Amino acid sequence: MAQTLFEKIWNSHVVDEQSGRWLLYIDRHLVHEVTSPQAFDGLRSNKRKVRRTDLTFATVDHNVPTSDRSLPIVDQTSAMQIMALEKNCKEFGIQLFDIHSPNQGIVHVIGPELGITLPGTTIVCGDSHTSTHGAFGSLAFGIGTSDVEHVLATQCIWMEKPKTFEIKIEGKRRNPHAVTAKDIILSIIKQIGTGGGVGTVIEYRGDTISELSMEQRMTICNMSIEAGARAGLIAPDEKTFQYLKGRKYVPKNYDEYVEYWCENLKTDSGAKFDKSFTIQTDEIVPQVSWGTNPAMTVDVTGRVPSPEEYARGNPDEEKAAAKALQYMELKPGISITDISIDRVFIGSCTNSRLEDLIEASKVVKGKKVSSKVRAMVVPGSQLVKKQAEELGLDKIFKDSGFEWRESGCSMCLGMNPDILASGERCASTSNRNFEGRQGFGGRTHLVSPVMAAAAAINGHFVDVQDLDLN
Amino acid sequence: MKPFGIVRSIVTPLDRVNIDTDQIVPKQFLKLIQKSGFGQYLFFDWRYETDGKPKKDFVLNDLQYKNSKILLVRDNFGCGSSREHAVWALQDYGFQVIVSTSFADIFYSNCFKNGVLPIRVNEQTLQKLFSTKSEIEVDLERQIIWVNAITIPFDIEAHWKKVLLEGLDDIAVTLKHEDKILKYEKAQENSKFRIS
Repeated sequence: MAQTLFEKIWNSHVVDEQSGRWLLYIDRHLVHEVTSPQAFDGLRSNKRKVRRTDLTFATVDHNVPTSDRSLPIVDQTSAMQIMALEKNCKEFGIQLFDIHSPNQGIVHVIGPELGITLPGTTIVCGDSHTSTHGAFGSLAFGIGTSDVEHVLATQCIWMEKPKTFEIKIEGKRRNPHAVTAKDIILSIIKQIGTGGGVGTVIEYRGDTISELSMEQRMTICNMSIEAGARAGLIAPDEKTFQYLKGRKYVPKNYDEYVEYWCENLKTDSGAKFDKSFTIQTDEIVPQVSWGTNPAMTVDVTGRVPSPEEYARGNPDEEKAAAKALQYMELKPGISITDISIDRVFIGSCTNSRLEDLIEASKVVKGKKVSSKVRAMVVPGSQLVKKQAEELGLDKIFKDSGFEWRESGCSMCLGMNPDILASGERCASTSNRNFEGRQGFGGRTHLVSPVMAAAAAINGHFVDVQDLDLN
Repeated sequence: MKPFGIVRSIVTPLDRVNIDTDQIVPKQFLKLIQKSGFGQYLFFDWRYETDGKPKKDFVLNDLQYKNSKILLVRDNFGCGSSREHAVWALQDYGFQVIVSTSFADIFYSNCFKNGVLPIRVNEQTLQKLFSTKSEIEVDLERQIIWVNAITIPFDIEAHWKKVLLEGLDDIAVTLKHEDKILKYEKAQENSKFRIS
């Protein structure tokens, strides 16, 4: 029978089934400092070991400072959590890319760049944006700390089988430099809602997907969780295999694997999905979020909607939109391009890879950041930082007035010192515009790297379709 | 985990949709390395003024709900970050049951692992619960909510029901299937395209 890619990967990892629940084998377990200490404590108190230290990789990303790494960490609670991970990795025999490692970085950036992420594998991490790895045709789930402990101890997780959701992304973008993967995924979430994917694994398909680079595909899969999905998937192709070739942890006889993956890792023609949605990219323009969840997003050419316009008859959503406008201190009807900003953040597991930085640098090159704006670039990993510096991007950003920082999650969630002050408004390339996400009282507008860069220069949002981005 | 019994309490109505886990526990409290004591941080930014005084208009600060064990919320509760700290906070605060029309997937399974029962009901039932002032009773064994002498049945996955009622340790249960895990690993070892 014709099968979807999801079903193929799922079926090849089933260890057991008990009354509608499946025990799945996990090929890669990524661990970071915030959601793991309680899991290691659990192992210790039950005298359990880590079952597969060879499949477990750890790094510090969520609360590491992005300032000078030769200095001690000022925040004592952060330092304690980082030390706890070091101690736990040592005690249980787990490979750790620590704060001084050349391979340190956001867990979802380093997985692919080290070739830990491979097509056809199952990957888990105690972080919802684990969906990022789906860009490689890997079934990747975010899990809670109890499941982190469970995977450490058993290398398996129990799951109910998710439904399948096909999202076809088709058409030709008017200007691929201005309309990015971020704008595509925000457009999708705007239409299907933050609960649109609950209980499903999304497979992104269609001619636009084939056209996107691996880094752009990661941006799309990354935000699957913002649509509520369990995971996002893209079938691997030549671009996937080229990207991974020669990376540190890929198998030795790589070319043979590629042949095998080519044959086995795609949705069969005629396979049925439980749900389907199509988006045409021809009409998509750059997106800007105005509210406090990622579905509260409009075209850069548009205006802030009224709660009634946004809610389309749903009273709960109408109330939520009114609260969001109040929190964001925005009035319905104002043009998006009239919204002034105080801060710019280019970074996060959504948009901190080399290509993101290259695209953003084209906007800022030879220009100055608005005097009203404080702007920062936080590369996703030490490797991204190094590659960007080799291209001279650090100089371009610094010359225009951006701060150029060390790698980590940084202001995406503000667990380290990189936070918004109350009332500050930020153009951010991250994934969540929740209340207080980037700092108590802070106001986040989600945008692409080029949109963020252009906002930094102008002090307000501008339509990057009007700029020369080639 | 303690076996889950009958829960009787008034309900705390928190009338908002899409409540994300950043609101349930803000990030500044994720740096703790233990599981206990998170109740004081529950809905922190909604619950307290910047000077630490309780916000008068927030439902958790209304004394009539002080000993409530049942939280009532709107659609898509627990979306966003996978942080289990959200459930640790709800549980530590005293909530044993959360009722909504839907929950985010990761949050939903995190609940069961910490002795919290998330119940999905339809819109009509949720509305009825939002308008009740009296105590309600949740009987997991019989899968029934009692409201003003009316019974409302609810669905729950058989496995999760068992986990809660018996207070099972998930890992111990899985390790009973270790022969199957070993068998899977053996097959991988012999596979030409080994990935684990």
